Amino acid sequence: MTTHVPQGADHLRTDESPPERPVSQTDQSSPDAAFPRALVWSDERVGTAKGLRFALKKVFPDHWSFLLGEIAMYSMIIALITGTFLTLWYVPSMGHVVYDGDYVPLKGVGMSEAYASTLHISFEVKGGLLIRQLHHWSALFFIVGIALHAARVFFTGAFRKPRELNWVIGVVLSLLAIIEGFAGYSLPDDLLSGTGIRAMNGFMMSAPVIGTWMTFFVFGGEFPGEAIIPRLYIAHVLLIPAILVGLFVLHLALVVIHKHTQYPGPGRTNDNVVGFPIMPVYAAKAGGFFFVVFGITALVSALVQINGVWVYGPYDPTQVTAGSQPDFYMWFSDGALRLLPGWLEVNLFDTVWSFNIFLGSLVLLPLVWVVMGAYPFVEAWVTGDKREHHILQRPRNAPTRTAVGAAAISMYLVLALACVNDILAIKLGLSINDLTILFRTMFFVLPVLVFFVTKRLCLSLQRHDRERVLHGNETGRIVRTPEGRFFEAHEPLDEYERWALVDYDTPTPLGLTQGPDVDGRGVARRRSPLAGVQAAVSSFFYKDAVRAVTPEELAAAHHHGGEHEALEAPGVPQLGAPVNDSTGDDDFSDSHGSSVQAPSGHR
Amino acid sequence: MTNPHHDDTAPAVRDEAAAPARAETFENPGLPPHVPRRADVDPKAAKRAEIQVVVLFTLSALASIAFVVAYFAIDQDLKGYLLGIGEINLYHLAIGLTMGVSLLGIGLGAIHWAKTLMPDEEVVEQRHPQASTEEDRLVVGQTLSHGWRSSQLNRRSALLGSAGGALGLFALPLVLPVVAGLGPRPQGLYTTNWAEGTLLRIDPSGAAIRAGDVTQGSVFHVMPDGWVGHEAVEEHGAEAAMVAKAKDQVILVRLDPSLIKSQKQREWGYEGIVAYSKVCTHVGCPVALYEQQTHHLLCPCHQSTFDMTDDCNVIFGPAKRPLPQLPITVDGDGYIVAAGGFREPVGPSFWERERPGLLGVE
Repeated sequence: MTTHVPQGADHLRTDESPPERPVSQTDQSSPDAAFPRALVWSDERVGTAKGLRFALKKVFPDHWSFLLGEIAMYSMIIALITGTFLTLWYVPSMGHVVYDGDYVPLKGVGMSEAYASTLHISFEVKGGLLIRQLHHWSALFFIVGIALHAARVFFTGAFRKPRELNWVIGVVLSLLAIIEGFAGYSLPDDLLSGTGIRAMNGFMMSAPVIGTWMTFFVFGGEFPGEAIIPRLYIAHVLLIPAILVGLFVLHLALVVIHKHTQYPGPGRTNDNVVGFPIMPVYAAKAGGFFFVVFGITALVSALVQINGVWVYGPYDPTQVTAGSQPDFYMWFSDGALRLLPGWLEVNLFDTVWSFNIFLGSLVLLPLVWVVMGAYPFVEAWVTGDKREHHILQRPRNAPTRTAVGAAAISMYLVLALACVNDILAIKLGLSINDLTILFRTMFFVLPVLVFFVTKRLCLSLQRHDRERVLHGNETGRIVRTPEGRFFEAHEPLDEYERWALVDYDTPTPLGLTQGPDVDGRGVARRRSPLAGVQAAVSSFFYKDAVRAVTPEELAAAHHHGGEHEALEAPGVPQLGAPVNDSTGDDDFSDSHGSSVQAPSGHR
Repeated sequence: MTNPHHDDTAPAVRDEAAAPARAETFENPGLPPHVPRRADVDPKAAKRAEIQVVVLFTLSALASIAFVVAYFAIDQDLKGYLLGIGEINLYHLAIGLTMGVSLLGIGLGAIHWAKTLMPDEEVVEQRHPQASTEEDRLVVGQTLSHGWRSSQLNRRSALLGSAGGALGLFALPLVLPVVAGLGPRPQGLYTTNWAEGTLLRIDPSGAAIRAGDVTQGSVFHVMPDGWVGHEAVEEHGAEAAMVAKAKDQVILVRLDPSLIKSQKQREWGYEGIVAYSKVCTHVGCPVALYEQQTHHLLCPCHQSTFDMTDDCNVIFGPAKRPLPQLPITVDGDGYIVAAGGFREPVGPSFWERERPGLLGVE
C-alpha cells in the first residue's frame, strides 16, 4: 500500500496561477525578473523572500543630519574591527618586564607587559601603529558621532512618543561608549593613562560609606596593584562591547519598527515616510558612506598622530606630566573636579565626606545621564502631549526646548574647557587661578544667558518664517512706483516652500486647557497635587510661542491694501518687518503685477 | 498672535480631537513635481557621471594594490619629512594613505553613482499606529489570565511565594563569589614604609642625603631606604614596589627657616629642610611642580596648590587637606633620616580616614 507523502509545504500551495506582478510607474525591473535561484534553498527553509521583500523596500528620508548617527555606527564597527586586530598582540598584564624592543630611548627601562606589548604593536608589528591609530581615532569619532546624533535627536524632538524608549537606549549607549573609551584608554599603561587610573582610584575612594571597599574590590587591593589592567581589559573587549552591540542592534530594530522620522515638507505627513528605498539608492548611499567614514578615519590615522604612548614612558606613580588631560569625552568630569573648591570636603561624625570629589565624578556622571534619559518623559508630562510624532520639529519651533538644550550644552562646555584650564592659561598668558574662578562663575551664569539668547533667537527666526510666508522672499529688486515711492519687491513662496514653514503646531499651556479651577456649580475640581506645578512649567514651556501663519492671515495679507499690505496683529508689530520709509499715503496699489508685494507701512 | 495663551479658541494639546482643528491650517500640497537631473535628460552628462564613478572605483583598486606593494616594499623604519607635519614615518604614511584612498574610492564612487544615476524620485511608505489592535490586547489579556489561573497561581499562594523566593535568591551563589572575591578588605591605608630612622634616599639614583649638601631652594624626590629603583623590584616584587611608590613618595625641600610660618613645620624639619608626602590629598596624583620663587607646590592634575612655607596648606584648587609632613632629623653621619612615620594617612581622602576603627585598624 502506497501513501502519498506530501513533499515539503507543497500541499499548502493550492493556487497554481503565478502571482501578479505589482506595477509601479517607477519600476524598472526586467519583464522576466524572477526570484534568484540561489536563494530558493534558503527561502524554503527560512522564508528569505518575505524578509527581503520587506527589507529592500524600506524607505529612508534623506537629510544630512541623519548621517550623524551613521557616523557613530560606522565608527563603532571600525573600532570593533581594529580592536580585534590589537588583541592578537596586546598583553593585558601588569607583570614587570625590562624593555628590550626596537624603541631605543626606552631600552632597559622597567615597565608592565601591557606597556611593552603596546610598544611592540607600535614599532615592530607591521601596520600595527596604523591600526592603533585607527582604533583610537575611530573610538573618538564614535563618541563625537553619538554626541552630534543625540543633539540632532534632541533639538528636532525625535525623542517624542513613540521613540522615548529608543532615546533611553541611546542614552545608555552613549554612557557605555565613554566608559568603554576610558577603559581602552587605560590599557596601554603609559604615564598618561596611569595618571587617569590614579584619578579614578581617588574619586572612587571618595564615595561615602562604600568608597574604600569599592576601590579595594575594583583594584584587587592597594593602588595600583596588578589587577586593574586585566580587569579593565576584559571589560573593554568583552563585557561592555557585548552590551554595546546588543543595545545597538535593539536601537536599530526600533528604528525599523518605528520607521524613520522626517522633517516637515511637502507631501510628508505624520502618517507616511517619504524618501528613498533601500534598493538601490540607500544601499549605495549608506553602504558608500561606511567606506567614506572608514576612508577618512584612515587618512586621519595616517596623517595625525594620536596617543603616542612611547613619548610618555611607562606608568610610575611618582611621576606626572604637566598638562595631563584625559580624552575629550572625560573632560567635563575632570573639569568639574578642577572647579569644585576644597572647602566642600567636610567631616561629619569623624567620617569624611568629600563633596569636592564625588560631586564631580561619582555623582555628575550618573546625574547627567539620568537627566538625559528622563527628558522625554518630563517634556511629555509638561506638554501633556500624548500623540505620536513622526514629523520632526525644526529647533526654532520648539524655542524653550532648544534653549534648554543650548543651556545644557553651555554648562557642559564650561566644564570641558575647565579641564584644559592649565593649557589655556599657558597659551593665553592668563593666571590659572583667575581662569578657574571665571569658569566657576560661568558654570552658573552662562546657562542663564544662553537660555535667554537662544530662546529669543528661536522666536526671531519663527517671526522671520512668518514674514516670509506672509510677504514672500526678498528679491533685492527695488521698484519705483509712479508716485515716486520706492520699495523692495517680494516674491511670494510657492505652496511647497510655504508648507515647510507652516507645518508645525503651537500648543497651548496646560493651565489654559484644563478648564477653570471650579466647575459650573462652583465646586472645586479634583486636581492632582502636582497639577499646579505642571501648569506652571507648561506655561514656562509654551507661553512665548509664535504661531504658524494661517490661510486667513495669508489671504488678509494679500488682500489688505490690495496685495501690498501685510496683515499685522493689532498693536503687535512684527519684528523684522521691512520698513517703508515713505511718508505719503499708502494707497499706491494696483499699479503692478500681483507677484510683487510691497512691504507694510508703519502708520 | 504672539500671545496665543490669551486666545481661548486655541486648539488644546490634550484634546484628542486636535487634528480637526487644523482645518484652519494650510493644505499639504503633496510631493513637489520631480525635477530631472542633468544626467536624466542629457546622455552626455550620464556618460560623464558613469566615467567619474568608474574612475573612483579604479582608483580604489589601484590604491589597494599600492597598499600591498608598500606593505612589503617599504622599510618599516623609513623616516621622511613632510611639509606642514614634520618628520614622519613614511611606511606608516604610505600604508595609511593607500588604505584611505582605497576605502574612499569605493565610498565616494557609490555615493556619486547613487546621486547621479540611480532614481532620485522619492517614494512614499505609509505608517501605521504603533499600538496593537484592541483585539490583540484582549487576546493577550486572556492568555495571561489563562496562564495565571491554569497554573493555579490564583489559588495556591504558597507556589507563588516559594517560587518568588527561590528566584530571588538563586543569583546569590553566582554573584557572591564574584563580588566577594574581587579584593581584600581595605588595608595599608594608615601605614607607609617610613619609620623612625629610615634613611631618605633620592629616587631613582638611590643616594642618601647629607643635610649639609642640601642647598637652599633645592628639591629632591625621595623614597625610603630599601624601596628605590630596580633593587626594590628585585627584593620586594614589582607589585609591592609600585604600591610603595604610590604611597611613600616624599618631596624634600630646603627653605629659608625664617620663611616658615608654622612652628610644627619647623620642628618636624631640620634647619629649614622639610619633607612632605608627594601624594596629592585630592585624588592622589604626585604633586610634582615646585615653584622656587613662591614656594608653592602645584599638582598638575587638578591644580591644587599647597604653600610650602605654611605647612603645605591648600591655598587654591580642589584639595582640602594639607600634604602630610614627614618628621625628619639627621643620623650620626649627618644623613637625613625619618624621625618617625607619617602621623596621618597619606593620599586621597576616604570615608573612614578619621575613624580607623571602622576598618578594624587600631
